[in-house]
Amino acid sequence: MHKKGINVALFSVFLTIITLLAGCEPLLVLDPKGPQAERQASDILLSIGVMSVIVLVVFALLVYMLVKYRASKQRADYEPPHIEGNLWVEVVMVGIPVIIVAFLSYVSVQSNYIVEAKPKGYEDKEPLVVYASSSNWKWHFSYPEEGIETVNYLYIPTDRPLEFKLYSYGPITSFWIPQLGGQKYAMGDHVTTLHLAADVPGEFMGRNANFSGKGFAENTFNVTAMSQEDFDDWVKEVKETAKPITEKKFEELLEPGHLGQQTYTGTHLEFSPAPAGHDHSEESSETPETETQTESHTGHEGMSH
Amino acid sequence: MDFFDRFAVPHPSLAIYASMAAIGLTIIAVIAGLTYFKKWGYLWREWLTTVDHKRIGIMYLLSALLMLFRGGVDAIMMRAQLAVPENTLLDAQHYNEIFTTHGIVMILFMAMPFIMFFMNFVVPLQIGARDVAFPRLNALSFWLFFMGAMLFNISFVVGGSPDAGWTSYFPLAGTEFSESVGNNYYMIAIQIAGIGTLMTGINFITTILKMRAPGMTLMKMPMFTWSALIANVIIVFAFPVLAVLLAMGTLDRQFGTHFFTMDNGGMDMLWANIFWVWGHPEVYILILPAFGIYSEVISTFARRNLYGYKSMVGSMVIISLLSFLVWAHHFFTMGQGAFTNSIFSITTMAIAVPTGVKIFNWLLTLRKGKIVFTTPMLYSMLFIPLFTLGGVTGVMLAMSAADYQYHNTMFLVAHFHNVIIPGVVYAMLAGLHYYWPKMFGFMLNEKIGKWTAWLLSIGFILAFMPMYVSGLDGQARRMYTYSEAAGFGLMNMISFVGAAIMAIGFVLIVYNIYYSTRYESRDISNDPWDARTLEWSTHTPVPEYNFAILPDVRSNEALWDAKKNGHVLFKGEYQKIHMPNNSGIPFIMSCIFFVWGFSFVFSLWIPVILTTIGIFVCMALRSFEQDHGRYISVKEIEETETNLRGA
Ligand code: HEM
Ligand SMILES: [Cu+2]
Ligand SMILES: [Cu+2]
Repeated sequence: MHKKGINVALFSVFLTIITLLAGCEPLLVLDPKGPQAERQASDILLSIGVMSVIVLVVFALLVYMLVKYRASKQRADYEPPHIEGNLWVEVVMVGIPVIIVAFLSYVSVQSNYIVEAKPKGYEDKEPLVVYASSSNWKWHFSYPEEGIETVNYLYIPTDRPLEFKLYSYGPITSFWIPQLGGQKYAMGDHVTTLHLAADVPGEFMGRNANFSGKGFAENTFNVTAMSQEDFDDWVKEVKETAKPITEKKFEELLEPGHLGQQTYTGTHLEFSPAPAGHDHSEESSETPETETQTESHTGHEGMSH
Repeated sequence: MDFFDRFAVPHPSLAIYASMAAIGLTIIAVIAGLTYFKKWGYLWREWLTTVDHKRIGIMYLLSALLMLFRGGVDAIMMRAQLAVPENTLLDAQHYNEIFTTHGIVMILFMAMPFIMFFMNFVVPLQIGARDVAFPRLNALSFWLFFMGAMLFNISFVVGGSPDAGWTSYFPLAGTEFSESVGNNYYMIAIQIAGIGTLMTGINFITTILKMRAPGMTLMKMPMFTWSALIANVIIVFAFPVLAVLLAMGTLDRQFGTHFFTMDNGGMDMLWANIFWVWGHPEVYILILPAFGIYSEVISTFARRNLYGYKSMVGSMVIISLLSFLVWAHHFFTMGQGAFTNSIFSITTMAIAVPTGVKIFNWLLTLRKGKIVFTTPMLYSMLFIPLFTLGGVTGVMLAMSAADYQYHNTMFLVAHFHNVIIPGVVYAMLAGLHYYWPKMFGFMLNEKIGKWTAWLLSIGFILAFMPMYVSGLDGQARRMYTYSEAAGFGLMNMISFVGAAIMAIGFVLIVYNIYYSTRYESRDISNDPWDARTLEWSTHTPVPEYNFAILPDVRSNEALWDAKKNGHVLFKGEYQKIHMPNNSGIPFIMSCIFFVWGFSFVFSLWIPVILTTIGIFVCMALRSFEQDHGRYISVKEIEETETNLRGA
């Protein structure tokens, strides 16, 4: 308990420093609005804490050595001794880092399974599946369940887990909404899955984080989280007012360039389905157990695709 | 339009026209100068055809310093562009070309030759050898590297620079999304330089294993030589991977294969995988020799033997093995799943352990020492805290779940500059000041040197610490601009100020060289730092044959032993010394390679065929050549030795 107290104290100190540095607004990544981003933020703060201790120890040792052993402080005839090394010193030198690394590895492995699974606290809820595909330099969001599609903006309900199916019509991109959770690649030859959830309503920044050419800097989208009722209202409104997406229209949208926000009924998945290939998306939203999901993810190792 | 249009720059700007003019004028000035001072013969005999490892080393050094400024100008332009939101100094295309070439130039054409300079200049002297194992191959390595670098640099004014990042991920780097020849330059120029590097690797492994002075067992090698040996082993395993990768990329871009395309069975992430199988070990090729330099400098100026010699060697061996097992940490976010990410997360963090061992060894080397603050020592002492900071942020990045938030952000950019600048660049500068007297027979000014080190460090902290913050605030890397509302303005402005201070620091280095050339005393001993290893036991300037008599080595600090324990290093009579002859072929062959590369970039197949034949003719000529080198007679040695001793 005591240790935890120290850690918490350390974290808050760093949080304040970082916050102050950022001009009093919390940094996006450290201002999570969903369980995945929360886990990541707490890992980040934990590692900042542990790492600061290491840095402080090294700094202190260095200053000590430099103050104590500088030539100007010593007798002119002092001859430094020849010292090869010392088994015990070296055991400590290896042992402590091993313990630290083991601890961080333990945390890291746990977090890996957490961020790859359905968000904590949302396990028993049916996820909203959104296909997010990128083209130069836009984002297309298809809601197959609702039968609608948007360009460059995203409306999401707060009380449901979100399951993003990512792929690309161009170079590799990376789908990132810092306040909801870390990013994942969208590639041309298969679909990747990213599990997120928003705890509270709000507006969030989303962008492609992976360099994709000239229009990359503006390759962003807006995310708005709202209650399920508001979300349903929005869907209804879209269905009533928006034009359907046609194959021709979609081809036009794929042309390189920037567009504002757009809304359509229907989805492009009907005539331009997501890439099949060696994909991660076979287990779709219906599979609630995280076990099967992580297993099929592991299949996608290294060069195998 | 076709033919000539391809040579034009797709997006010309004032900067490009200015560079064209500058390059043209420089070439004219150099040619005119050489002709006026009748130096063509000197240049040819003493430099272009030399096979002397010391001169080759110095040529590597010159190239590296030149490229440091090329890459530095790119860096300052990027920081200027990002200093304020919605800046219009550079457009997107220009920014993309600049960060791409900055990355490549800094890693492959600045840091690599700097390391090569140290290996060439120091290793043979440090192991008490007269030369490297294959002196002519060594010259060829240098000239291939040099031609590769020049080919890469002309991309800015002929045909267009690469713009897909130094990592050049496909499909972005494929012809579908990058039409100009820029990425052809990437493939070919790096290929040519890479062949040179691979040959250096083979050459130095052989040199270190076969040409050590009598008595120098492996565990009696100085630490820099150890680090060079291990770096070269990594080169020999990693660079063939790069060669294959670039060949595949070339096939995709110029011959229509589909290794990395979006359709027809291409696998985009295959490029990323192979790239990092080379790319991660590559950073250890840079950092291990840097660690070697620090070990020499720290034990010299702590006036103590290096603490934990064996664990230093062991940790380098472990690092070299692990460096091949971590590549996937560069794309934790590829969707490879929790299990794979966990494995790579753990192997990556594991590298922190041997690295930590080294830091503690250096700290313990200071203990009970008698520390003298020279410029090289100052760089080393700034290195320890700054590099530790970069190291721990590396561990943070290694936690893969958290890396989902760091990946592709300025946090990452901050991290790798935080290890590469204090780690590699400071080592280069420490080594530059340290070895300068051995190379040129005078010291660099200490006062200016220390000023430079402090300025660089203050600039460094200002330039890169804010990036950790803006990264956590959502600033992606490689963005040429950002909106006012994003709120990154302040951090980027601080960064710009830091970069400007660093720029002043780098200019001061040049000023120091100028100042010291004019005003520093030429009256220095062979061992001005009171150092511990063999390179300081020979004359300054070092005679062509390095050692008139090969030293007799008893420990890893042979010279120190000789000084303290009265051990005699050089025993016996002079004997005639066999030395290799100079040769023009490496230079000529590399020039042909340059034309080959240029033609290849532009798919001019007839010149490609002709130059290919030319290259083979050069090799054939070599194989028929009856060149057995020459002997330096005892009389000549005696004369040189008396002259040098007299001076
Ligand atoms: C001396 C001061 C330096 C400054 C101010 C500087 C600045 C920068 C900046 C602003 C970027 C691009 C960030 C972005 O838009 O993503 C960058 C990228 C990079 N820098 Fe530096 N840099 C410096 C030195 C170096 C050195 C010494 C090296 C290597 C030895 C290096 C290697 C790289 C690499 C590999 C990249 C990535 C390029 C890419 O994204 O493709 N830099 N640097
Ligand atoms: Cu790596
Ligand atoms: Cu994949």
